[in-house]
Amino acid sequence: MIAAIRALVRYRALVRSLVSRELKARYRGSVLGFLWSFVNPLLVLLTYTLVFTVILPNRQPDIQPYFLFLFCGILPWTWFQASLAESSGVIIASGNLIKKVLFPAEVLPTVTVLANLAHFLLGLPILLAFLAWKGRLAWTAVLLPLPMMVQLVLTLGLALFLSALTVHFRDIQNILTHVLHLWFFATPVIYSYAAIPEGSPLRQALRLNPMTHVMVTYQQVLFHGHVDHWRGLLLALLVGILAFAAGAFLFDRLRDTLPEEV
Amino acid sequence: MTAPAIVARDVSKLYRRFAHRNQFRTLKSALLTGSVLSDLRPEETFTALDGVSFEVPRGTTFGVIGENGSGKSTLLKLVAGITKPTRGRLAVDGRVSALIELGAGFHPEISGRENVSINGIMLGLTRREVERRFDAIVDFAELRDFIDAPVKTYSSGMYMRLGFAVAIHVDPEVLLIDEVLAVGDEAFTRKCLDKIAEFHRRGKTILFVTHSLGLVEKMCDDVLWLRHGRAADRGDAKRVVDAYLTYVAGGEDALLQSQQAATADLASTPEEPAPQATPGGAAPATGYRPGRWGRREIEIRGVRLLDARERERHVFVPGETVTLALSVHAREPVEDFVFGVGLFSAEGTNVYGTNTDIEGFTPRRVAGDAEVRLALEGLSLVEGTYLLDLAAHRRDGTPYDYIRGLHSFRVKSRLKDVGLYRPLHRWSFAGGAEIVPPEPRGELDLGDDPGA
Repeated sequence: MIAAIRALVRYRALVRSLVSRELKARYRGSVLGFLWSFVNPLLVLLTYTLVFTVILPNRQPDIQPYFLFLFCGILPWTWFQASLAESSGVIIASGNLIKKVLFPAEVLPTVTVLANLAHFLLGLPILLAFLAWKGRLAWTAVLLPLPMMVQLVLTLGLALFLSALTVHFRDIQNILTHVLHLWFFATPVIYSYAAIPEGSPLRQALRLNPMTHVMVTYQQVLFHGHVDHWRGLLLALLVGILAFAAGAFLFDRLRDTLPEEV
Repeated sequence: MTAPAIVARDVSKLYRRFAHRNQFRTLKSALLTGSVLSDLRPEETFTALDGVSFEVPRGTTFGVIGENGSGKSTLLKLVAGITKPTRGRLAVDGRVSALIELGAGFHPEISGRENVSINGIMLGLTRREVERRFDAIVDFAELRDFIDAPVKTYSSGMYMRLGFAVAIHVDPEVLLIDEVLAVGDEAFTRKCLDKIAEFHRRGKTILFVTHSLGLVEKMCDDVLWLRHGRAADRGDAKRVVDAYLTYVAGGEDALLQSQQAATADLASTPEEPAPQATPGGAAPATGYRPGRWGRREIEIRGVRLLDARERERHVFVPGETVTLALSVHAREPVEDFVFGVGLFSAEGTNVYGTNTDIEGFTPRRVAGDAEVRLALEGLSLVEGTYLLDLAAHRRDGTPYDYIRGLHSFRVKSRLKDVGLYRPLHRWSFAGGAEIVPPEPRGELDLGDDPGA
């Protein structure tokens, strides 16, 4: 794991330029260009708001105004979900690099995660603006980097794991879409974790999901303005470190097989 | 000399190949049987390289030749560090740049400028180094006007040029080249060759994988010939290329022979005629099989192919004068002798043959060392590899020394005309025919050093 971190530090110039290339290339040729980074989360938000305030209204009192609560969860979830979905195919897609150039493969999933982090950061001002508009912006917002760090470690670990394994088992790309879908509903993004009765089996199950704790912390920091989920976040951090270690280990084990299998 | 730049000791590379039943094994079944990691071990392997050893001294140009699938590209990937040897040790000293796939890693949507900087970093430069070399790269690629356009708008030639320009400006200690000079127009290819020659002059090490044997002979100090993943031969460029050419001709011949054997079995005519002694005689119906026979009363001890300036060469252009110089030695004085030369295409077709008897020379005596020369003036052959029959025999055909197909030369030409024989010719048009003649271009000049 230490070696993996050291490698990523060594290749930081490469990572940096590839991330900026990702960002530049993504919206090249579209009319709105960079604005899409802002418009995308807004459109997702619009859809969910429509569903959960008009079609299936969510009237839990502690999470009103609902669209704002939703926004606090959707934005980080999009980062998580897009990172994993993209990283599973990223090594196959860059087969040319892996096969023909001496190229540190772990850079590829890392770039995917960081590029999506950049999109997250671009969407953040809009969220903060909405929070300020609704008078919800509290001092706790300065704690935002904490859940972000935990999420980054966890996502990187899973991305390393998935990207290497997908080269050998292409099925993962297909399964992953559905797993992520289920995971979305198993994470309190569209509903409130606090509203689930203490001790219920559902709550027990949600506790096992590291993203639950990350998400609850986001919501507390941004939406509720008070933070008391430290133990959960610490647990998520431990799981994240474990995931990173496992991801780095598997990636290293499979590294030499990648150029042959891509 | 200092320590070698590349050292390979007994290097083997095995590729895994799944058995058929495993081909459709997926994650689900792997998870169900709990065999995820064991499935990632090779079940059946394919040996791409088998115990290859060589050293490349610093500052030399090293060629690797061989048929398709002989392991050349695998070797190059190992030296580049892209894959690791399964067994053995491979050490490379100094920064390596591999021209394996030009422009790998270019992103089509962003500009050439940005791709240059990212590609440079990918190949191991720092951002500052890329900036410093940027102008040189763009000038070399001749893309000044297009550098801010997205790479997807480039033609494939422009793409390759930019890729080559970046890779070459990484300024490696060791340059690996895999058959990439076929890209671009002739002017650019020449520029690439000049650049490679400049590398050589600056004392850099070059590893060169190619099918262009002429280029190998011209540029390489040492050549490794790979056959089915093993080192078939290595050493002096001309010698190894010759051996390889002979083998290739023999390989095609063996194929022909086995086909003929199959038909012969049906016809059941086992008797095979003795090798025809006179090279100029009718082409044998059976395959052309390289070999040497005869009792050596007169021995052909050396064969040289000389150009008009008396320099030994193996690649010629049409129109040149090629002189075959045979050093012969007669142990005892011989009074009945004929010298003959036959010229065959790589497929074994007799292109030409003659001997001193056919042309009416009357033998008197040959004793001790002697030299026999045959000048072929204005070489009238199209591009290709040609094999030589060289013979000393009695007037009745009994051979003293007959060397078949063990010497060869290549003809390289800008014109890709077909056949074997290129007569001196000229087109002319009159009346209603309107046609633009080609720009006058000389033939390739193989006599000059590449860097000169």
